[in-house]
Amino acid sequence: MTGVAMAQGDTMKDGARPGGASAVTIMVGTATCGRSVGALEVLQAIREEIACLQLGCTTYEVGCLGHCYAEPLVLVGNPRQGWNVFGYVDAVAARCIVRDHLFEEAPKSEFFLGTLDDDGLLHSPSLEPRLRHETRMILRNCGLIDPLNIEHYIRRGGYNALRAVLEMDGGDVIGMVEESGLRGRGGAGFPVGRKWRLCRDAGGPVKYIVCNADEGDPGAFIDRALLESDPHAVIEGMLVAGYAVGAAKGYIYVRAEYPLAVQCLNAALEQARAHGFLGRSVCRSAYSFDMEVFEAAGAFVCGEETALIASLEGQRGIPRQRPPYPAERGLFAAPTVIDNAKTLAYIRHIVTRGPAYFASIGVENNTGTAVFALAGKVARPGLVEVPMGATLREIIEDVGGGMVDLNFEKPGRARPDVGNGGYFNRPKAPELMFKAVQIGGPSGGCLPVSMLDLPVSFDSLADAGAMMGSGGMVVMAEDDCMVEMARYFLEFTQKESCGACTFCRVGTRCMLDILDTFTHGLGTQDDLERLAELAADIQEGSFCNLGATAPNPVLTTIRYFEDEYRAHFDEKSCPALVCKDLISYEFVDVGCVSACESCSVICDAISSSMCWDGLADRMYRTHEIDDELCIRCSICVDSCAGINHRAVRKVTPAKRES
Amino acid sequence: MGMQGRGCACTQELEAQKAELEAILDGAACQHVELLPLLQKVQSSLGYIPKEAIYRLAEQLGLSAMDVYGVATFYNQFKFNKPGRHSIKVCTGTACHVKGGGLVLDEWEKELGIAPGETTADGGFDLDTVACVGCCGLAPVVLVDNHVAGMMRSADVEDCIRKLRYSDEQEA
Repeated sequence: MTGVAMAQGDTMKDGARPGGASAVTIMVGTATCGRSVGALEVLQAIREEIACLQLGCTTYEVGCLGHCYAEPLVLVGNPRQGWNVFGYVDAVAARCIVRDHLFEEAPKSEFFLGTLDDDGLLHSPSLEPRLRHETRMILRNCGLIDPLNIEHYIRRGGYNALRAVLEMDGGDVIGMVEESGLRGRGGAGFPVGRKWRLCRDAGGPVKYIVCNADEGDPGAFIDRALLESDPHAVIEGMLVAGYAVGAAKGYIYVRAEYPLAVQCLNAALEQARAHGFLGRSVCRSAYSFDMEVFEAAGAFVCGEETALIASLEGQRGIPRQRPPYPAERGLFAAPTVIDNAKTLAYIRHIVTRGPAYFASIGVENNTGTAVFALAGKVARPGLVEVPMGATLREIIEDVGGGMVDLNFEKPGRARPDVGNGGYFNRPKAPELMFKAVQIGGPSGGCLPVSMLDLPVSFDSLADAGAMMGSGGMVVMAEDDCMVEMARYFLEFTQKESCGACTFCRVGTRCMLDILDTFTHGLGTQDDLERLAELAADIQEGSFCNLGATAPNPVLTTIRYFEDEYRAHFDEKSCPALVCKDLISYEFVDVGCVSACESCSVICDAISSSMCWDGLADRMYRTHEIDDELCIRCSICVDSCAGINHRAVRKVTPAKRES
Repeated sequence: MGMQGRGCACTQELEAQKAELEAILDGAACQHVELLPLLQKVQSSLGYIPKEAIYRLAEQLGLSAMDVYGVATFYNQFKFNKPGRHSIKVCTGTACHVKGGGLVLDEWEKELGIAPGETTADGGFDLDTVACVGCCGLAPVVLVDNHVAGMMRSADVEDCIRKLRYSDEQEA
């Protein structure tokens, strides 16, 4: 636990003061994910409690540990026992933790998750499967250091890579990156070393480094977590890249939807400047480099590198002709290296630990680790870094904890062992049936059960019809309609199409119209064929990758779930009970047993009445849903599930004519 | 994306807006590259991009109003309607969609009586969708006045509106 001690520095090494309250450090994860469930209130409660008890503990705000399901997280560090992690904390629980568990050897509470090691791995019996795969490299600092404090970063070996590189020749640095086999983590997987070499060899006095943190894929949040938790790693990567290719100016292109990331980056840049890592003569060498943050204005297409350049220049984000590639002629017509934030964060590890170490992780041609953002219907959504080549099954079942829908609970079924879970012992629901996993956002594809043993890497995913994208992984269960998902993704790309080329602008619209008819129970087999035809044309004719990959979700769902498409137009039914025009709501046969009236109060379409049960000789209450009045808002299901069971069910096909 | 007309009762407000616009743009750079940052500044101080700002920016940067409007409408960030007192942004990202974000959005539309991109007649709420706020672990997510509310169900919407209305009344 030497390294984790960075936060409180010397007090941690000072074993001569056992258990003194002043030696205890409390850290609270206050990245966006933590804040959304009240991490700031927790932090305030802890500070108040410490002041009240006059404990003299130090408190820090740290970033995201990756265990988003258990937010807000509180980390308590004590010289004798290392770091204890508490999850699902609220203000009251936080006060209890301060009072009760601060000095305990092994805290026994429903909020205790496990102990933390030097690399930020959370050790606990229920997280054992996750530990088998997790390899933290770029996430190593995330959740362990205060992103707004450069000292923490430096104590964890920060800026060592930069110092080492400044002693080397730029070409040798690129050689190291080439040797490591690092491929761009933005999605396409272009070899980073080759890109840098191209830019270095390109002529011209001015060159630029651009960090692409325009994480537009809905369902991915890795760049956000990285920038909010460890901004200096990205800055250091850019500094090394600038030295290697001979650039003096950099831009970090961040989504404006990530205000906290922008704030963290700006603060980090200021500190780096004050410490002499940025600006004129970096670390007193002849190398000068400066960078600034550019807030993107929200356009998915700007994740494409040429569109990003147009946007940086103050134009509409419309992609440009390639070649010439940006490495030869990019921003302001100067050679430009554009790398994803994750890619740049790997650079310091390649330099300090050596390219051979990096190349030893992962599989051939796909070296290193990959970070995935697990979301959707898994027990433990969050971030995880695993070696390239881990299978989907390992990621979803071992890391994600299997399939669980947090919103419902059925009595009489076993709960999966997911460890302690705060007041309510969340997650409380039974397992759902896995149906598909969507990888790579709107440009990726949906992979079914049969593909679960696929090792995840750039090449294997491309073969399966999906793509790595930015690492978003959305898990879908039996109650997700694949036709509707395809429509959803296409609606997104259609809306985000820049409109420059006809295939993308008109083609995606035509596909969307066909999918729309399917979700309404219309359409024919011919439409399905036309859909595949259109998809092939768009892939071939589109100018940029947004258009060329837009049909992927449709093609993969047709390839793997054709039956579901057929059910929509042949039987006018939606097997997943999602498409509103094809379902009806009704009460289950046994009816409602609790008579709490939560549903009939909230919905006008539900009527409740008293009936007489002649056999049992007693009154009972019945409910009925007027199908003509029902707008399929599902509020009856929601309001009922909160009590103790689900009395309302969905049926397909719909009872009424649409 | 039409500009919303304002009544004459707001002349004072309009004047204040103009003064603020001048304050932002006075002494600002005059290069095309600065267009996006300037638009962002205008939006962050006024809450939206009024028609006057487009003309004023075009003049300053030596562009046509069409160029400025074209760039501004290309990006999702810029709004052309006066915002309400409370901004509601429903996440329609993949994870939220899978966990029923669409139903939550429907509920907001129903309760407020407006479509995404609009503001209620009393100026109380504006509703919008956002592609992804990066809190997919807490889906479905709604941004209420830029505070992230996670794991929202359609049954929570009415309650949320009531609370916001109540806090408005308390302030009044």
